[in-house]
Amino acid sequence: MTGADVLLLALGAVAVGAGALVVATRHLVRAGLWLVVCLGALAGDYLVLTAELVAWVQVLIYVGAVVVLLLFAVMLTRAPIGPSDDLDRPGWAAALVGGGSGLGLAVLLIDAFRWSRVDLPAAGTAERLGEQVFRSWVLPFEVLSVLLLAALVGAIVLSRPDIGRRSADEGGRQ
Amino acid sequence: MRPVIPYVTAALLFGLGVYGVLRRRNAVLVLMAVELMLNAVNLVLVTADTTVKAALPHSGQVFALFVIVLAAAEIGVGLAIVLQLYRLRASVTVDDVPLAEPAPAVTPAERPEGAVR
Amino acid sequence: MSTPTLWLAAVLPAAALVAGLLGLLLPPAPSHDRASARRTAVALGVAGAAVSLLAALALLVRVDAPVEASTTWIDLGGLRVTLGLRLDGVAVLVATAVAAVALAVQVYSIGYLRRGPHDDVDVDHRYPPYAAQLSLFTAAMLTVVVSGDLIMLLAGWEVMGVCSYLLIAHDRRLPEAPGAAVKAFLVTRVGDVGFLLGIALLGVGAGSFRIADVLAHDYGTGTLTAACLLLLAGVAGKSAQFPLHTWLPDAMAGPTPVSALIHAATMVAAGVYAVARLFPLFERAPAALAVLGVMAAITMLLGAFAATAQDDIKRVLAWSTVSQIGYMTGALAVGAPAAALFHLLTHAAFKALLFLAAGAVIHAVGTTLMSRMGGLRTAMPVTFWCTVVGLGALAGVPSLSGFWSKDGVLAAAEAAALDGAGPSAAWVGWLVWLAGLVGVAVTAWYATRLLLRTFLGTTRTPLLRPHDPPALLRWPVLLLTVPAALLGLAAFAPWFADRLRVPGDDTGEAVELVHLAPNLVLPFLLLLVGAGVAWAGWRRDPAADPARFLGPLRPVFVRAFRLDDVQHTLVVRPVGALARVVRTGDELGVDGLVEGSGRTAVEVGGGLAALHRAALPRAAAGVLAGALLIGLAVALIGVTS
Repeated sequence: MTGADVLLLALGAVAVGAGALVVATRHLVRAGLWLVVCLGALAGDYLVLTAELVAWVQVLIYVGAVVVLLLFAVMLTRAPIGPSDDLDRPGWAAALVGGGSGLGLAVLLIDAFRWSRVDLPAAGTAERLGEQVFRSWVLPFEVLSVLLLAALVGAIVLSRPDIGRRSADEGGRQ
Repeated sequence: MRPVIPYVTAALLFGLGVYGVLRRRNAVLVLMAVELMLNAVNLVLVTADTTVKAALPHSGQVFALFVIVLAAAEIGVGLAIVLQLYRLRASVTVDDVPLAEPAPAVTPAERPEGAVR
Repeated sequence: MSTPTLWLAAVLPAAALVAGLLGLLLPPAPSHDRASARRTAVALGVAGAAVSLLAALALLVRVDAPVEASTTWIDLGGLRVTLGLRLDGVAVLVATAVAAVALAVQVYSIGYLRRGPHDDVDVDHRYPPYAAQLSLFTAAMLTVVVSGDLIMLLAGWEVMGVCSYLLIAHDRRLPEAPGAAVKAFLVTRVGDVGFLLGIALLGVGAGSFRIADVLAHDYGTGTLTAACLLLLAGVAGKSAQFPLHTWLPDAMAGPTPVSALIHAATMVAAGVYAVARLFPLFERAPAALAVLGVMAAITMLLGAFAATAQDDIKRVLAWSTVSQIGYMTGALAVGAPAAALFHLLTHAAFKALLFLAAGAVIHAVGTTLMSRMGGLRTAMPVTFWCTVVGLGALAGVPSLSGFWSKDGVLAAAEAAALDGAGPSAAWVGWLVWLAGLVGVAVTAWYATRLLLRTFLGTTRTPLLRPHDPPALLRWPVLLLTVPAALLGLAAFAPWFADRLRVPGDDTGEAVELVHLAPNLVLPFLLLLVGAGVAWAGWRRDPAADPARFLGPLRPVFVRAFRLDDVQHTLVVRPVGALARVVRTGDELGVDGLVEGSGRTAVEVGGGLAALHRAALPRAAAGVLAGALLIGLAVALIGVTS
């Protein structure tokens, strides 16, 4: 077991633990915070796997923007600060399907890879990654920017307060 | 480096995400569980980048970037919808969203069948 | 056929047809300008009839031998349908009669369909469609007369039926008119089915529908008898013979000029004309002639007895028509088509005269019931004397036209009975002769009764001031009195008798229409008996109806032996029930199937939609569980393969 393996194991345990708490805790705000921990651990994982750009993009966007948005949403929907009892529905179906999928995938992957070894590539892949993005993957890149624009416009349209008020009036009349 | 470790981590995270989607009643918590699933996929992609010799190098990491962008777009629109739902109903419990349309008023003149004798 | 003759023969039906079609295509007039539309309609109708009459008269002069012209219209692989004209003496004489009566009726209608002295309000008589339909009818009848092809004849036949239907129902103020029109149409339709089958049989047998080809073809006896019997069905329908006679009295709901044209002079004679046209075929099928004879005998007596008890003056004349056409078909049955056609021509004259005169009376008195008439002789002298002439011709008063023609029929029947002349068996001749003689007496009885009840005695409606009709109504009546009186004498002219030669009769001997023999006396005596009995009964009580002497038979005769009810029970009710069953089956079965399938599809779709409409928890669970199962399946298959 090399140092990389130890780090991967530790960070993986942290991620899984934090993820379990995200889906199990009774505190809404704490769920968001445990999500930060989980995503941070994953960023660490990426660093170990020499994917620096992905790691820092993960921190910037996922931890920095997405989780912040989720916490904003939690606040705007008047989530209670303390524990709430009505957050969950009966868990047997969830456990069945969730457990089944998780464990099944794990079994599949263990069966595929066993205890094999792989050499990590050299560090400093950001420049090479940039080369790939802007050479082979430039079209999907541009399409993604259009998609982001569409999502932006959509989110703005959905969030306009006057549309909400008009629909509320019509909803009330119905 | 033993790739099975990050792979198993990803699998367990995916299972936890599925569990969260099926278990949670609050829409924002459901979206958090979905983020867990997306991150599991990202981890698989990055790990695969090291284990698979692809024709285009680093395609796994490129895809991981793309997935992050998509996740950002999705969370933006998704939360806009959740907030709109909150404005209409003052609650974001997914179970309480009504699915059927309110029944339209049936006036006798509109009944089509049997009218022409 | 020479070209001028061809043109004249084409103009003959075409003039009336053009007038009819133009009249029907005229745009409906605005309600404030009815007068100008009426003027146009009058002009078209009279012009069409006048041009047709002129063409007929010209042909009467020109045509002395049978001529024919035809062109193939459709060739159905061995079966030829032609468009053709076939003119012989019979055709031109009948065409002249038809055109003359049509013109008289068109002129008469101008005065009849007008606001009368008994109309309280100004009613829209809808003159333009009326005149157009009359013209169309005239064209159809003339087509039947001059047609050289059986299909063309059938086309004219059917158009006549349609026009009759439209014209009977013309007066929308009468509640019984639509029912009468439908009854007329349906009863004649039943006959027309047989007629069509007969024509089809003849045409297929001969390979062509041209009348000349059909007459020349050598059919097997069975085929020929079957075809002739089927044709007789159509004759029975159109000519109102037993058992398809029930429509004619009800058809009197139409305006009186229509009754005069269609139901006295022309359409009802079309059946007789068709048989005469195809007589060489009937000669070779004695069985059909025997059936015709039986039908004729029954009809003669049925019509005469039914006429004795009617109160409505038009119904008396309608039953009289039924009876007189029985005479014509009886003459055909004993093998004397010339006599039949002669009676047809005289009947056209005197029956049209009687109807138009009755129309004048109805116009003056405002009712058709004889129980409300009486004593009109002094108020309407012209009408009275014209009616006397008409009724005399009907009864067979010597020297009037009906006397000569009826005598011709009776003489032919006697010859068939006693001497075995003609193609039918002797018993047919006996049947027709005896029925004819009894019919003479009864005819005289009811004709006298009609005259007495309507014109003589004291008036039963003293508050009315009837008068002779205006000129437009009077002149057609006066002009028709001339042939009603004198047409019989034409029988002595050889060119007339020669024209009535049966087609295919190449013997060259003269056609004898009148037989000056001692047995002329017998019908005359019967006439005196019948008229005398009626007059004596009337003298006892001038205000009462002579029909009261019928006693218990009167209700039976009024309802014409209740044959209407028999028809209703045997035919109308079962067909109505069958129609109701079919309708219910269609609505419940077929419609139910269609609508049911629609409803089922909608409900199944709704059910599926409800299934689909899952809440997020259930949907998410479904999707993820499904993905898991598929993944497991793929993994297992991947492991095992």
